[in-house]
Amino acid sequence: MISAELLNTKLKEQFPELDFEISEFRDELTLALPANNIVEVCKYLKTNPELEFIMCMDITAIDWSRRKDRFTVVYNIFSFKNNSRLRLKANLKNTDNKIDTVSSVWEAANWHERETFDMYGIEFNGHPDLRRMYLPEDFEYHPLQKDFPLMGIPDSIPLPKKENDR
Amino acid sequence: MGLESLLKDNGFFTTTVDALAGWARKSSVWPMPMGISCCAIEMMAVGDPKYDIARFGSEVMRFTPRQCDLMIVAGTVTYKMAPVVRKIYDQMPEPKWVIAMGACTASGGIYRTYSVVQGIDQFLPVDLYLAGCPPRPDNLLNALITMQDKISRTKAADFKNAKLPELNVIQKN
Amino acid sequence: MIDNELKEVHPKIIQALLDKETDLSVEDALENEMILNMGPQHPATHGVLRLVLRLDGETVVACVPELGYLHRGYEKLAENMTYYEFIPHTDRLDYISPMANNVAWVLAVEKLIGIEAPPRAQYIRMMVAELARIASHLVAIGAFAMDVGALTIFLWTLREREKILDIWDMLCGARFTNSYTRIGGVSNDIPPDALAKAKWFIDQFDDNLTECEKLINTNRIFIERVDGVGVISKEDAIEIGFTGPNLRACGVELDLRSNQPYLKYDQIDFNVVTHSEGDSMARYFVRADECRESAKIVRQVLEKMPEGNIILDQPKKVPAPKTGIYTKMEELIHDFMIVNFGINPPEGEIYNAIEGSKGELGFYLVSKGEGSPWKCKIRSPSFCNLQGLPKLVVGQMVSDVVAIIGSIDPLMGEADK
Repeated sequence: MISAELLNTKLKEQFPELDFEISEFRDELTLALPANNIVEVCKYLKTNPELEFIMCMDITAIDWSRRKDRFTVVYNIFSFKNNSRLRLKANLKNTDNKIDTVSSVWEAANWHERETFDMYGIEFNGHPDLRRMYLPEDFEYHPLQKDFPLMGIPDSIPLPKKENDR
Repeated sequence: MGLESLLKDNGFFTTTVDALAGWARKSSVWPMPMGISCCAIEMMAVGDPKYDIARFGSEVMRFTPRQCDLMIVAGTVTYKMAPVVRKIYDQMPEPKWVIAMGACTASGGIYRTYSVVQGIDQFLPVDLYLAGCPPRPDNLLNALITMQDKISRTKAADFKNAKLPELNVIQKN
Repeated sequence: MIDNELKEVHPKIIQALLDKETDLSVEDALENEMILNMGPQHPATHGVLRLVLRLDGETVVACVPELGYLHRGYEKLAENMTYYEFIPHTDRLDYISPMANNVAWVLAVEKLIGIEAPPRAQYIRMMVAELARIASHLVAIGAFAMDVGALTIFLWTLREREKILDIWDMLCGARFTNSYTRIGGVSNDIPPDALAKAKWFIDQFDDNLTECEKLINTNRIFIERVDGVGVISKEDAIEIGFTGPNLRACGVELDLRSNQPYLKYDQIDFNVVTHSEGDSMARYFVRADECRESAKIVRQVLEKMPEGNIILDQPKKVPAPKTGIYTKMEELIHDFMIVNFGINPPEGEIYNAIEGSKGELGFYLVSKGEGSPWKCKIRSPSFCNLQGLPKLVVGQMVSDVVAIIGSIDPLMGEADK
């Protein structure tokens, strides 16, 4: 397992000006950092020989609904070498829901980011193929946003006509 | 047994075309396994040695709609999938029947969400609803037997104007 | 130029399929490249996966998987219901091994609340999760063999699977979609006849699996269809996010049961099966060997299973047994609170993963101290494994695509969520 201290010193050493925060809950490390630095930090975490977080397990977002900074993008990465997980959290400023893509760092991030875009409407700058993952291309809404009703918007996706069958 | 007992000495017996065609139809229903999710696994189980749908003459599951007359919609139909299901139904030749297998197809089931069609009868004519989430294989067999009863009562006159489904083959010179 | 016939494929998908300079038309399809649509209704795509393939003759040049035909909105549902209510929904995620999903969900919630199930419940969970793995791998092997033309295997492996379903039937009254586990334990104790049946199943399983394997392992047609087809290297597999048998078939020894033991896996002796080739055949071999390892685990679990409670006695978090609710005031109040307001875990967020039959099945939960999760993310292994599909099929023949999908063993209920 990677300890919070080791991660702290490593990051301080590499990014002296980075404004980050490490917290621990139920033995899980969470690293909160500003959205603009996400790509360089990810690159460092992947390539540093002592950390080697070479596997991107999951990317998702959280919609905080009424907070000022509404969205948080969450990355869940895994290191074989230390057999440990790390969660990165990048808060987006409410003015724009855009963040740089990390698909250049981990190839696996490609579909996860597409899914996050589909569900939350967060745009990933520089993503090679930012399409909807699950819902039809002409669907306008992003269902996991908190203001989207569970039963959806009526008639937002057309159904085939029931002709005069028997 | 079957027809033999009805035969007279010289090989004749009298019946209507409807009765004979209905008997033939119901004894060899070819299902179109529209397997979408969980229910498809139980539909698979119906084909396996333990339940053995072949006993009822329906083991010929064809994955091309043009050879089928009974569509078993097994699984949650989403809005994205609905046009596909409808298109496959349209390609089946008349007469055709539909079994809505499981709670999802009948009413949306436990998925009261934005992406699930709340009952396939909104875009398909359904002949038989089958309860369960998913229904047990014996239940599906029961549905098939019930369905056979309905199929045997089909009247040929109802399909006077039935046309074969259009083949949209791309033809270019 | 995109022809009219292609208008049913969305232009954005076409765009993803083509390079910038490609000029593609349907005219003279035999001389130029062409686009082939496969699925969502296709016998070999294991559900409703849709692939749009770009072909040069019979060779695949590019492949775009299109998901979402079974998107049921699980994550939105989870935000709108209590932790208890979501247990039946986890059954239908990976519907070939529902027990394993139940276990994954309750483990995640227990981690969030900070409780641990009694030892007997943990052993029972381990048993059902391993039986689920065997059931899933049996279907995977059978369907894979059927995809490349060997139908008999499918019937034989399904026969074995039915025996597992019978055990579950005795255990909780449902063939599959069991909803057997509860937060803090399991719903009811194992009846003795289910234990006896499990023991009988494990004893006869090895011979029957060998019998199935004999049919295909020496079958030249099968070997030539799958050997060296769909190769992926170790590095690529990690980069694209493969987990489970698919990753172990590339020679990476990642198995959460031994890497980060949960339940009581640290007290069980088993091997992590790896193969180094990374092709379709290796993936098939890993699954077959894992079935044997799982049988070994179940045998040990049956031997070591302790007596004791099957559910935690902690009425504030876990509903008390019904007899208590009907006779005691305290229990009644707690039950009322749990049913109406949920279990209210502390504020925080956790990610808990187990080694499901397809790979790492994880739940990321964010709690705001309310009865229902504020956010629930399902890290489904099939979704991540499918992402590697374009890498595997490019350069292969169309007929090999079927074999490769079968060997990855995706499950759309889980991939589409």
